[in-house]
Amino acid sequence: MSRLLFAKEGAAIWSSHLDLMRALMRSFRRAGIDLKHSQGFTPHPELSILMPLSVGVESQCEIAEFTLAEGCVLPPEEIVSRLNPVLPAGIRALDCWEGGRKAGKLAWLRARLTLAYEESEARDPGSGDGGADSPTPPRSAQNDRLEALRELFARPSLTVEKHSKKGPVETDIAPMIRELTVSAAAGDAVVIEAVVAAQNPTLNPLLLVTAIETRLPEYKPAQVRCRRLELYDEDMQVFR
Amino acid sequence: MNQRIDAALARILPRVQKPARYVGGEYNQTVKELSGVDTRMAFCFPDTYEIGMSNLGLRILYGIVNRMEGVWCERVFTPWGDMEDEMRAAGLPLFALESHDPVGDFDLIAFSVGYEMSYTNILTMLDLAGIPLRAADRKGLHHIVFAGGACTYNPEPLADFMDFFSLGEGEESTVEIVNCYRSAKRRGLSKEEFLWELGKIPGVYVPSHYVHSYKPDGTLEAITPLAGAPEKVTKRIVQDLDKAWYPTEPIVPMTEIVHDRMNLEVMRGCIRGCRFCQAGYTYRPVRPRKPETLYEQAVHALEFSGDSEITLSSLSTSDYKYLEPLTDRLTEYCAARNINMSVPSLRADNFSRDLMLKLQKVRKSGLTFAPEAGTQRLRDAINKNVTEEDILKTCEIAFAGGWNNVKLYFMLGLPTETDEDVIGIGDLVYKIYNTWKAHAANKKRGVRIHVATAFFVPKPFTGFQWERQITPEEYLRRCRLLKEHMNNKSVEYNYHEAKLSELEAVLARGDRRLGAVIEAAWRRGAKLDGWMEYFDYDKWIAALDECGIDRHFYTTRGFGSDEILPWDSIDPGVSKRFLLRERERAYRSEITPDCRHGCAGCGANRLLECGVCDP
Ligand code: SF4
Ligand code: SF4
Repeated sequence: MSRLLFAKEGAAIWSSHLDLMRALMRSFRRAGIDLKHSQGFTPHPELSILMPLSVGVESQCEIAEFTLAEGCVLPPEEIVSRLNPVLPAGIRALDCWEGGRKAGKLAWLRARLTLAYEESEARDPGSGDGGADSPTPPRSAQNDRLEALRELFARPSLTVEKHSKKGPVETDIAPMIRELTVSAAAGDAVVIEAVVAAQNPTLNPLLLVTAIETRLPEYKPAQVRCRRLELYDEDMQVFR
Repeated sequence: MNQRIDAALARILPRVQKPARYVGGEYNQTVKELSGVDTRMAFCFPDTYEIGMSNLGLRILYGIVNRMEGVWCERVFTPWGDMEDEMRAAGLPLFALESHDPVGDFDLIAFSVGYEMSYTNILTMLDLAGIPLRAADRKGLHHIVFAGGACTYNPEPLADFMDFFSLGEGEESTVEIVNCYRSAKRRGLSKEEFLWELGKIPGVYVPSHYVHSYKPDGTLEAITPLAGAPEKVTKRIVQDLDKAWYPTEPIVPMTEIVHDRMNLEVMRGCIRGCRFCQAGYTYRPVRPRKPETLYEQAVHALEFSGDSEITLSSLSTSDYKYLEPLTDRLTEYCAARNINMSVPSLRADNFSRDLMLKLQKVRKSGLTFAPEAGTQRLRDAINKNVTEEDILKTCEIAFAGGWNNVKLYFMLGLPTETDEDVIGIGDLVYKIYNTWKAHAANKKRGVRIHVATAFFVPKPFTGFQWERQITPEEYLRRCRLLKEHMNNKSVEYNYHEAKLSELEAVLARGDRRLGAVIEAAWRRGAKLDGWMEYFDYDKWIAALDECGIDRHFYTTRGFGSDEILPWDSIDPGVSKRFLLRERERAYRSEITPDCRHGCAGCGANRLLECGVCDP
């Protein structure tokens, strides 16, 4: 078993988990990297993605797991260098290694939410271009918003409605948040950076926005940008 | 990338279904530097991304135009209803997938039209692009709108909206059209001058160069070409398919499309000549590709795209002359690489056990037959040369080999059909069920027999182009009759929406007067009519009323054999004399042998430089 660390950005964020799986399988074929296949009438390549990503969410820490076909011996660096030229726009191979921690050891996920209000645009602060051209409303409005959001996420319990197969269920997301900061960003946007539970159960960072929408409807953002930043184990060591 | 559009998209996309279809960025899309581009073409497909990206014609023409220096061709599809609403609310114009630039900025707007019920989507797209719908309202060379594709053999219902039509295969003519446009722009020609120049290109039909006049009874009085316009426009074909360019380096979609696999086109045309089948006649003459060419194309495309599935496509692939040698080599290649190979449209009569076993090694797919009619008499009348014995024999082999899933396609409302023919379908299905009982490899798994009936739609350029269509009520009566005669838990019966097929018949054989109806229906909100989620019969009926058009004129009336037909200015190769002869033979339940068993003299050989078909 080997692992591939990759990013999903740009146009690629709009494709689903299944779409991404198909795209990766095709990319491995294009790169001439043979994957091991299951037996049976419809053999499937042994390739999976550790944590499915919601449509519309960016990530710089996706991990795919795969097994090379017998007889296909390639150093990990070569897998990265062969994949990159044939990956679709927005998917970038970052690293590859053999083996890796047990998937069960994955515990926390760091994510960044950029909330844009009114006319401002949700630009990712990491990408370097601040949305400075939009008019800045009175400073106090932004301060009120920051304060309200900080207060919201400081509550000891925060229930939100989650859609599950059995219909809507109430979940308290507060215990699933390990760290959370709220800060102002260019163009009157707000950035929330949080470390949330990655497994058992997972907290989809977009639920933080649901919490805002239901608890503080007046601060419902016009647009949200969400990005996965890093994965950690129980002791907050980077997970690989 | 267009920044204004991208900013609006970022807000809209989280709210729409399947957003991946609106962003482009797929592997191997063509992006050009605008500074080196003098002509921009928007290749518009009036249906969803998933359908359009599965269209081989789009992929061929996209590649061919983009190989031209200085020309950039981009893709545009019809947005689904939710996206259209969002775009209108945000004031977002229709944009092309590659650059995200508004389609209104493009020079040439080309539509590939393969289905009558997508006509309103053309209007939706022009409107979203901010381009005037009617050709007469578009002045100058800025927006030249044209169409090609299977539906345009009867171009008249779209004549009001299109500046011209490109008939037949576009591999060569599209390049000529683009170059004619560039030269017109350089020379500063008026639109009228440009259209006359364009009309000199074989295969180009300019509707404004023809005047249609009608008799008091509504039939055509005359089609009068303006001085200088040809009497008839003959469709274009590719002479040598082995030399024709093929998309072996295709765009690889990032979201699942309808035919999400490598498509190897083994031949064009069909040797069969089923009398109802428009594609069977209009794609003639039959031209197979050489197996060596195909093998090379397959390997190249599979390695380039990373596809793990390949399908050998054509109208009737099991009739492909070199199927054996091709599948022999390809199965070997595919099996070694875990690639699935499929052959659609296998026929019962020449379905070799060998091929079945070979495919089974790679993948076990369902069995599909299209006998189209329930009795031998009617099958002979429509020239569907399949016998009951063939079907049962094939089923026997398949059931013994472990298949337990059969799909059967029929039509109801075919010319000369009686209740006996309808009940004949039930009898055939019963015999197939008994064959399963007698030969099934494993009876415990049970068997599923899916039966589907379509409502016969008479189409231009077929042996049945003059025939009446039965009413939707009569069609539904025949469906109920059939259902009563198929009482078996293993049988699942589905029938097509009758009203949709009725309108399809109106549009298929429509004349120029239908342009107003299409526009009126669209203004009433008709869109995505091919999709049950959107199809709204009442809007169309209201539009027909508003325009004073009786739908029965185009459906139940039937066309006289000496009547001038709206599509008489078009020559698809097959002659009218031949089609009339086929109709007479149908009435006598007389079959016409397929092209391989002898040339029936359809006339399509005239299109070949050598003058002789090699089916
Ligand atoms: S076999 Fe018949 S129905 Fe099929 S494509 Fe050929 S002519 Fe048409
Ligand atoms: S000319 Fe003869 S062989 Fe050629 S397509 Fe027509 S009937 Fe078939």
